[in-house]
Amino acid sequence: MAVNSIHWFRKGLRLHDNPALLEAVQGADTLRCVYFLDPWFAGASSVGVNRWRFLLQCLEDLDSSLRKLNSRLFVIRGQPANIFPRLFKEWKISRLTFECDSEPFGKERDAAIKKLASEAGVEVIVKTSHTLYNLDKIIELNGGQPPLTYKRFQTLVSNMDPPDPPLEPLSKVLMNGCTTPVFHNHQEKYGVPLLEELGFETEGLCPVVWPGGETEALTRIEKQFGKDSASALQEIFERPKLNFSLLLASPLGLSPYLRFGCLSCRLFYARLTQLYNKVKKNANYDKLLWREFFYTAATNNPRFDKMEGNPICIRIPWDKNPEALAKWAEAKTGFPWIDAIMTQLRQEGWIHHLARHAVACFLTRGDLWISWEEGMKVFEELLLDADWSMNAGSWMCHSCSSFFQQFFHCYCPVGFGRRIDPNGDFIRRYLPVLRDFPAKYIYDPWNAPEAVQLAAKCIVGVDYPKPIVNHAEASRLNIERMRQIYQQLSRYRGLSLLATVPSSHGEDVNVNGLRRLAVPVSGKRRRGKGHGSRRDHRSGEEHAGPSGVKHHSTGFGDAQSRLSRLGNGGSGKRGRESEQESGDDSRLSASGLKVQWHSKETNAVQRDERMTMSS
Amino acid sequence: MKRGRVNITSKCQGFSSTEGRIKRQKPGPLGSSLAQRPAEDWGSLPHHVVLHIFQYLSLVDRARASSVCRRWNEVFHIPDLWRRFEFELNQPATSYLKSTHPDLIQQIIKRHAQHLQYVSFKVDSCTESAEAACNILSQLVNCTIKTLGLISTARPSFMDVSQSHFVSALTVVFVNSKSLSSIKIDDTPVDDPSLKVLVANNSDTLKLLKMSSCPHVSPAGILCVADQCHGLRELALNYHLLSDELLLALSSEKHVHLEHLRIDVVSETPGQTHFHTIKRSSWEALIRHSPKVNIVMYFFLEEEEFEPFFREETPVTHLYFGRAVSKEMLGRIGLNCPRLVELVVCANGLEPLDEELIRIAERCKNLTAIGLGECEVTCSGFVEFVKMCGGRLTQLSIMEEVLIPDNSYNMEQIHSEVSKHLGRMWFPDMMPTW
Repeated sequence: MAVNSIHWFRKGLRLHDNPALLEAVQGADTLRCVYFLDPWFAGASSVGVNRWRFLLQCLEDLDSSLRKLNSRLFVIRGQPANIFPRLFKEWKISRLTFECDSEPFGKERDAAIKKLASEAGVEVIVKTSHTLYNLDKIIELNGGQPPLTYKRFQTLVSNMDPPDPPLEPLSKVLMNGCTTPVFHNHQEKYGVPLLEELGFETEGLCPVVWPGGETEALTRIEKQFGKDSASALQEIFERPKLNFSLLLASPLGLSPYLRFGCLSCRLFYARLTQLYNKVKKNANYDKLLWREFFYTAATNNPRFDKMEGNPICIRIPWDKNPEALAKWAEAKTGFPWIDAIMTQLRQEGWIHHLARHAVACFLTRGDLWISWEEGMKVFEELLLDADWSMNAGSWMCHSCSSFFQQFFHCYCPVGFGRRIDPNGDFIRRYLPVLRDFPAKYIYDPWNAPEAVQLAAKCIVGVDYPKPIVNHAEASRLNIERMRQIYQQLSRYRGLSLLATVPSSHGEDVNVNGLRRLAVPVSGKRRRGKGHGSRRDHRSGEEHAGPSGVKHHSTGFGDAQSRLSRLGNGGSGKRGRESEQESGDDSRLSASGLKVQWHSKETNAVQRDERMTMSS
Repeated sequence: MKRGRVNITSKCQGFSSTEGRIKRQKPGPLGSSLAQRPAEDWGSLPHHVVLHIFQYLSLVDRARASSVCRRWNEVFHIPDLWRRFEFELNQPATSYLKSTHPDLIQQIIKRHAQHLQYVSFKVDSCTESAEAACNILSQLVNCTIKTLGLISTARPSFMDVSQSHFVSALTVVFVNSKSLSSIKIDDTPVDDPSLKVLVANNSDTLKLLKMSSCPHVSPAGILCVADQCHGLRELALNYHLLSDELLLALSSEKHVHLEHLRIDVVSETPGQTHFHTIKRSSWEALIRHSPKVNIVMYFFLEEEEFEPFFREETPVTHLYFGRAVSKEMLGRIGLNCPRLVELVVCANGLEPLDEELIRIAERCKNLTAIGLGECEVTCSGFVEFVKMCGGRLTQLSIMEEVLIPDNSYNMEQIHSEVSKHLGRMWFPDMMPTW
């Protein structure tokens, strides 16, 4: 009986290092590579035109590479769940292959398709190649829960086997007689659509800065690692000089290609390894591992992109402020540094990670006190490399909602940019209206004397907006709010500005006060016996003096070190009595870690008093 | 409150399902044993036992349980359970958080106002929320409140309430409670006359007063509090209210030892505010009287505004620099802040801070915590600093970018070297490079 395969492209838009695709041709008679696209949905989706353009270019590139193998890409209009059963029948399919998608909704979708396939008697082969590691293994190694600090994650993967080397690209040899039936009406039926067909306005679209596609990705990696690998060496080993050009799209940049899978992360990894071996330096795979870290954190957490109901996200009483949000998203905050970055993002689809820190901090904990979820949605629309896991994870990080970041430090929307680009060339490039401002005032044009504004032909409040917020005042208030939130979550006393939310494995870091939704309750939590179920009944119950501070460390690397840090904070800096009344005090136990249960001895009055104040 | 509630619902599933079983009289292990001994059903649990259980439940769960039977309903209204309450006042247009239900607020005012002792109001950025808080405050006439907290969770919305409305609401509590011990009214339009009312009614009991960023209070207003409230142990205020007289008043013989003094140094008109200095002798008087006092200073100033600070020895223990601070200023800290315990620097210029840190390590023998954001330190300088401080550095939060690799150490080596000196695992803080 003939073996007829479908390879289903989603991410992983490439022929090189594509294990599922190779499985599809293995001993097969026919191969059809499909991509599902719902044109009615496209215009309405949250994804912006630049990302669609990138995607369509990736698909064009895939199609042209497949043509070289006498095959074609089948872009199918509609939803996979509706159309697969028909395709299985029509094409007499016996095998379906695709790359493993680790994200919760992807997993759900794939499970449904697997079910349809098995009902149709179609064999399904799934291979991991969007991530370096099998994420479930990492979680298993960590006792059933994803690691919550990057360091912990690094430690875990350093004990694992290195990732598999990249596989050969699909070639005529590997096709080995496997063919693709293509009919004369292929282009109109299955061709890659144009942006216009998806309902996008293409007039006034900025020129392509990031051309999509595998071919471009491979050219870039070749440029970086080819010949003397000078650019790679510079990229990796030199402390990046903070300057204007750092902020611009680099012709060597790879992140959008990794996002769409035009570039295999394992190929990138292998090239890095070769380079490190050649120059005999310690390997550093941070760029790839951050990505892996967020995928791992998100894979079992369907509410990873939300604050409510997300067990790893701190609940912060963000403001709802649609006008301010719109000004931020549309580059009208009146802070040239922020507006220039947001303009670059909208026009080109990519901004440097320092720029991401700057605008994310500004929107959330730094200035506007708007929920990171809103910022995440804007990035999802505009940012080429925005991936569900990475995007949500980074936003939680930047807004200090998870992953234990320093929260005492807010990027200044004036000073930070000035440090990187004192002359303001970046601003001049993206905000031409400010082009003629002298460097002295280009980061804070509202401070420029009228004569300077007139000379620059730009009056603040007329030609360019006034600043949306008084940064000094807003950051002061926001730091205080963050401090209050963190001091409730941590044991550290003193200023509480250095407090970190404890990350302890086993002891649940249930900062949201919810039972973990996605992760099964691990044995370790149960081991706490009693207190696990009692801990949060009333916040502030731990009441023993400093000597009574007890920690339930389960002894994992950095978790332990954090615990000990936090524990030391309890060694009686201040008298017990004052703590009971102090609003600066951090003894309000609202979550994980510090569970003390002295109910019998607890003087309810004191407990109440403290609780009321420390918030 | 809210967090607590969620926890309880999730963590007490065992309990509530048991309860459900009883109600429905379904046979279960517990139900059947009860059936054999009908005298011991849940409804006849003694009050104090139910009370004890109720103390573990959130308000919502208590309210549900109170509809089970008359006895449980009686316990629901026991004053003990109404000592503390946190009013959450949010508007759907400005906040993601829910509000305390208006019916519940009414019930508390009617039935439990006299039981309230520890009361806080959390309001979102909307003026209406702050006004609603004031309206509740003005109805708390028959109370003996000990702790009052007015907390703006997003913007300082109490500042948008008309001053007369706010002040009259606040004075209702000041006048009626008479035994207030802790008051947290940061970012509010409280003024001198209302502080006078506070002093007139609560001078014997007041222990804690937090009023950072209250622009309508004058140095004389706060001095009146310090003069007469001899039990005051914790105080938070802005620098413009700090005076030599205030420090001396807090150091008078009649006054208890001060434990905590927080000072926010903020310039009203950036770059133009001139800051007064505090005499060394006043600081010394304070430390003589309260040797263990924590003096916490938050700075939100432009670099050039730091001129008047730390020219002489200052007994500050915790320092936070929210904006860029000059190298020179950090140098002065090493010279003149011998009591320093914690130092946080958000940003500094591009020159490495090696010397300044090493001097701080040398002279600030109590330093146990340090955090650096946008600063630069060479790896060697940093290792030297850590070596001098050693294990006493319990908090060391340094962004990875702060450390500049040099000939002696690269980034991997620094992690092990610093860990060695600290006697525990240490890593710099990292942001995702995405």
